[in-house]
Amino acid sequence: MPSTELGTHALEAAPDDPMLPRPFRVVARHQDTADTATLDLEPVDGPGLIFTPGQFTMLGRLGVGEVPISISGDPAAPPLRHTIRDLGGVTHMLVQARVGDVLEVRGPYGTGWEVADGAGGDVLVVTGGIGLAPLRPALLQLVAQRDRYRNVTLLYGARSPADQLYPDELKQWAARGIEVHTIVDHGTADWRGRVGLVTSLIPRANVDPTQTLALLCGPEVMMRMVTNALLDVGVDPGRVRWSMERNMKCGVGLCGHCQLRDLFLCVDGPVLDYPVLAPLIATREL
Amino acid sequence: MRTVDQLLHEHPFFAGLDAEVLTLLAGCAANRHTSAGEYLYREGEPADVFYVIRRGRVTIETHNPVGGPVVIETVEAGEVLGWSWLIPPYRWLFDARAVEPTSYVVFDGKCLRDKCDADPEIGYHLMQRVAGVMYERLQAARVRLLDLYGAPGALN
Repeated sequence: MPSTELGTHALEAAPDDPMLPRPFRVVARHQDTADTATLDLEPVDGPGLIFTPGQFTMLGRLGVGEVPISISGDPAAPPLRHTIRDLGGVTHMLVQARVGDVLEVRGPYGTGWEVADGAGGDVLVVTGGIGLAPLRPALLQLVAQRDRYRNVTLLYGARSPADQLYPDELKQWAARGIEVHTIVDHGTADWRGRVGLVTSLIPRANVDPTQTLALLCGPEVMMRMVTNALLDVGVDPGRVRWSMERNMKCGVGLCGHCQLRDLFLCVDGPVLDYPVLAPLIATREL
Repeated sequence: MRTVDQLLHEHPFFAGLDAEVLTLLAGCAANRHTSAGEYLYREGEPADVFYVIRRGRVTIETHNPVGGPVVIETVEAGEVLGWSWLIPPYRWLFDARAVEPTSYVVFDGKCLRDKCDADPEIGYHLMQRVAGVMYERLQAARVRLLDLYGAPGALN
């Protein structure tokens, strides 16, 4: 059991202290795109994390810092997986991590997609850019329990073909009953797929709007546009879920960095029903 | 074999138009097929036709002397291609190339304009639909200008 020095007394850390990071070793690393990498982590000090699709951890290293990163691994099987985009000091360190490095993990934190709420109906997953990473656990769950759902559709937009995450898995999911439609903002000479905005894929989705659970993750502007398009075709606003991100710091609702009016997104989110968010996202500078 | 007005009747672009109107419009149209790789039109050519895509996929692209073709957008089954036939000087501003075997109904643009001039109500319904397509593509182009997926602060 690790201990924490305080004054002249050595104190045992509370076993379930949510602020206590645990050491995890990088056991595999994959460079997904020019600025994005996936790390597989295994605990150094005990059992792995049990998490719900949609949750995040605070991932970092002592002396560098920690950042909230959505879990992109399989909830049913280790290792703990994170897909990280290099956007700053801490994420740069994480993306540059090598196999054997030890990182610190707190969590898991936050709410999940609650994919099972879509059982018996259609599930529509709409995402863009690195927003696919937080949805990967939900997609794996949908694939694993495919017979519990009617049509399951993934609409995925990326900046370019080279920026698409998990291209091999997109094919595997398609082969296992997920209808996958992809689109890019900028095509290349050899790209034969679609070029345009992810909202243009919505008419392609083979779903009954009145029986659809929609899971959205991506840039907020994209999620607003997708939501408008979904509501226009009759999807129930209460069946539209967003993964929201703000400046999460503590992960446990204490520090207030991720506060959105009366919500602390690290505990009340990141996954929230659209009706909860609608008045908040319509408020400027909130 | 289905007639052109039957094909138009099945296409989302014409949803809600009366059968008589579709028959009238079909008089300006023909059913065609293009192989993958063929150009439907090229930048600078007279824009005298309008395409209703039934099957396949077409890229709207421009040519960059340095990097080759740059794809701006794709249009596919259920969508329409081209509005330069409607607006003087009736000249294509981009290239359009089939990237898959593509089936479409092609309209003679002048014939269509003449029918719209002769019957403004038909013209109004047609313009409403074309304006809807323009609106959607303009909105999409505006959002794409934001480069949302490339911008720092994108979600992780």
